[in-house]
Amino acid sequence: MKNRLKVLRAERDWTQADLADRLQVSRQTINAIEKGKFDPSLPLAFRAARLFGMAIEEIFQDEP
Amino acid sequence: MSRQQTSSNDWAATITKSTVRLGYWTAAWVATLAVATFGPTFIWQSRAASSIAILVNLAVGVGMILAHKRHLKSLDEMHQKIQLEAMGLSMGVGLIAGLAWSTADMANVIPFDAEIGALVILMALAYMAGIFAGYRRYR
Repeated sequence: MKNRLKVLRAERDWTQADLADRLQVSRQTINAIEKGKFDPSLPLAFRAARLFGMAIEEIFQDEP
Repeated sequence: MSRQQTSSNDWAATITKSTVRLGYWTAAWVATLAVATFGPTFIWQSRAASSIAILVNLAVGVGMILAHKRHLKSLDEMHQKIQLEAMGLSMGVGLIAGLAWSTADMANVIPFDAEIGALVILMALAYMAGIFAGYRRYR
């Protein structure tokens, strides 16, 4: 699954740790999601969407 | 301090608290196991005392399991997945190797008794290998 977390985070000048704090996960989890190594659950994807004020599909895209 | 910051600090504090609590329960379980194991040799010669020591060990073991459950629930989803995969590997290795180990003993393939301690060590090593592999995979 592709995602725009890194770009959205950079636009706000947040570190991985900042985003991790805001989403209540570890920094390692943010790193794994950004690299596409770990797909977040639906609740976590909703939390990210709420945090950035966007729809889930604007942040996460399915990768065939 | 913002509400978001307070919340994230609470989350981190909960993980630290559950980890420390699990450490205390594990240490207590090991201590009660040692007392139950070595008590009959070095402290008492009573069967009743041994029974009590074993019951205390079982009760503390239940506490340790509950502390472990709370600890797992406090982790985020990726760390829960790493733990789940490591525990699955440990259980699989324990089941397969344990039965093979026991069968080898019964068939007199090995020249010594199949001690459960060896199985516990193998399961612990499999668990640690699973944790290591999980952290490497998601690095």
